[in-house]
Amino acid sequence: MIPEIGHFALVLALGVALIQAVVPMVGAQRGDLAWMNLARPASVALILCIGVAFAALTHSYIVSDFSVVNVALNSHTDKPMLYKISGVWGNHEGSLLLWILILAIFSVAVSLLGGNLPPALRARALSVQAMITTGFLLFILFTSNPFERFDPAPLDGRGLNPLLQDPGLAFHPPMLYLGYVGFSMAFSFAIAALIEGRVDAAWARWVRPWTLVAWVFLTFGIALGSWWAYYELGWGGYWYWDPVENASFIPWLAGTALLHSAIVAEKRDTLKSWTILLAIITFSLSLLGTFLVRSGVITSVHAFATDPTRGVFILVLLAITVVGSLGLFAWRAPQMKSGGVFAPVSREGTLLLNNVLLSTASATVLLGTLYPLFADALNLGKVSVGPPFFNAVFVPLMTPMLILMGIGPLLAWKRGDALGAVRRLWAALLGTAVVIVATWVMAGGSSVSAMAALGMGVGAWLLLATLVEWAERVRLFRDSPRGSLRRAATLPRAAYGMTVAHIGTALLVMGVVGNAAWKAESIQVMRPGETLAVGAYAMVFEGAESLAGPNYDAIRGRFRMVDDDGHTIAILTPEKRQYTSPPMATTEAAIRTTGAHDYYAVIGDPSPEEGVGAFVTRFYYEPFVPFLWYGALLMGLGGLVSLSDRRHRVGAPRRARAAAGAASRPAAEAPARA
Amino acid sequence: MTRKKRRLYFVSLGLLALGAATALMLGAMGDSLLYFYSPSDLAERPVAEGQRFRLGGLVEEGSVDKAGDTVRFVVTDMVNTVPVVYTGILPDLFREGQGVVTEGHLDAGGTFSAANVLAKHDETYMPKEVADSLKDSGYWQEGADGPPAGAPAAAQGAVRAYQ
Repeated sequence: MIPEIGHFALVLALGVALIQAVVPMVGAQRGDLAWMNLARPASVALILCIGVAFAALTHSYIVSDFSVVNVALNSHTDKPMLYKISGVWGNHEGSLLLWILILAIFSVAVSLLGGNLPPALRARALSVQAMITTGFLLFILFTSNPFERFDPAPLDGRGLNPLLQDPGLAFHPPMLYLGYVGFSMAFSFAIAALIEGRVDAAWARWVRPWTLVAWVFLTFGIALGSWWAYYELGWGGYWYWDPVENASFIPWLAGTALLHSAIVAEKRDTLKSWTILLAIITFSLSLLGTFLVRSGVITSVHAFATDPTRGVFILVLLAITVVGSLGLFAWRAPQMKSGGVFAPVSREGTLLLNNVLLSTASATVLLGTLYPLFADALNLGKVSVGPPFFNAVFVPLMTPMLILMGIGPLLAWKRGDALGAVRRLWAALLGTAVVIVATWVMAGGSSVSAMAALGMGVGAWLLLATLVEWAERVRLFRDSPRGSLRRAATLPRAAYGMTVAHIGTALLVMGVVGNAAWKAESIQVMRPGETLAVGAYAMVFEGAESLAGPNYDAIRGRFRMVDDDGHTIAILTPEKRQYTSPPMATTEAAIRTTGAHDYYAVIGDPSPEEGVGAFVTRFYYEPFVPFLWYGALLMGLGGLVSLSDRRHRVGAPRRARAAAGAASRPAAEAPARA
Repeated sequence: MTRKKRRLYFVSLGLLALGAATALMLGAMGDSLLYFYSPSDLAERPVAEGQRFRLGGLVEEGSVDKAGDTVRFVVTDMVNTVPVVYTGILPDLFREGQGVVTEGHLDAGGTFSAANVLAKHDETYMPKEVADSLKDSGYWQEGADGPPAGAPAAAQGAVRAYQ
């Protein structure tokens, strides 16, 4: 009965979404306030319907109702409760329902929090949002119904892929989807603005927080996925440039560009068409990412539900979105007035350059990801584009951007003084030189370590330049300590957001470079009692034992990690598990972190021919990997700090009235408040 | 800067980025693309010794021979076979009769020396290239959605992973 209620709620949601898509839009065109305001109750009704559907599916998972096909295929009575619940989105149909739920959440958030938005803009944005929701509701109802029944019901389910039974991955999809789908809000606002034919600084001010929310979630989502791959797959890597990883990274790059161009659009009333275009592109890339993941057109180390009808359906949705929105853009964008002018050397100039580099990087990753598809279609042979390609293309594009990131914030709006900025950065330049030389000398002075030293230098440069920029803002050492403290306390949160996020980026860069340069791996057969040096420590193999878990059997190895004096630092207990439903083996790595470096141990198959109790073992010395997680965490936190800026909460309504009253006034006033 | 000059600046910046990206991609395409070969492809079009490529097919039943951390096995498309040697821990889902994709080069004796045996997250997952090459060699059972032999039938289509 409950699954049927869920199914019915979905059908009802389709009706509500259609109303929300049509009525407010028509109302906005006619200037009918009552019709426009229908968007608000409609979005509340929509979230209720979809919430009921989602709750119904979750209920079926919790009570293990195997008469529902989806539950039977993806759950099992023996599964811990957390994974019964995460099983809801651990499959195609359920994840699609989650996607729709998040669409509706964003929709209702705009209608409830957007009280200060001009009614027409709000109505149009909510209407576009409902159109997207309609598309996905049709998709789920016609190709991927999660409430389909089995008759007769099986006695037990087939279980969730054990690799996915992991806390990191339980929360990875919701985070990622909040990011992907969050960009729909920027897209809806962009389309609404194109229909209105007007984009002003106030528009950018409303779009920025929504983009920021999406970006923060996407950042956390990607980081969680990467972290999961690192500790769960047992291969000691955190990023493979796999198509599915790229599918989330491409919109992230475009979204990062959007985040920055929206700043220019808000503060300087320029780059407006570009910001709109980026909003369209970012969401289209999110849809493309969904298509790549869901359709299985690309071979990946990840597995998909490969179903051509689904792929075609998403492709059609994608085509309508891209063609429709770009067509609208081509028609309306030329009518938009462009705002303030600026010199190439200025904050806008560096932000523009950052945008160009990020979008180019996004495009190259996209091409690299899709190339095997084109090559196959054109009969050029079956190829795979692997990490060497992406590293060769991505690194040269990102290096100038990272260097610019240190300078840009120190330049003034409109016309900056490059020489002055560099002069103010003398401390950062000096520090960077010291880091490069010190790294090079410590790493042995070879040509390989020269590259690593330069890479660490880029990270150090960004870190130091960001700190210098903050010190300049609070006039550290130039003013009295008390004065600096007062300035530090009154600095806008958005400024702190940037500082924190850029420091995060610097740590991330150092993590990537340091890990690539000094990672070490060793694979060998070990007998109990044998010792092997790994990084700064030694690993003593103490044997392996069998044990039984709740829904698996395992072999657990025991390694004692000791330092030079023979003191035990840690006991590492990696496992090799054999799950019963579905029958599948997994590797549980054991990781000991020092805060800067990781020691990573994996137990392999027994190797009796090499001696009693002998096992294949594998160790990784993973320097600087924790920096990746610190970096990603700081980037996301920076976004959250920036989001808490009072301007986003208090400033917007004031600004809205001012902007509505003086839309034609030159935007030269805007930077005064920046 | 006037609007006209600014437009010129935008356009040249865009062209510069496009040019740089194209140059980088062409440079990278040249030496980092990996071609996929099935054992039959390899029989028809020999690959130079030492050239890196991907070899895929099924792990022949009874061919896996583990000696310590070195594994020897045979990759087959049911028509031709290629012996493979790999040092390291095999992915959890590596099994006889299952699809596999390996990455490496041919050594002097015609043995494929694999640097990587690609991990798959899902046992029902058949590498697309392997499925295609089995279709080419006529050993693919349409609708079976899996390798022709050896795969646990109960698992077919059972596990779906996202992402």
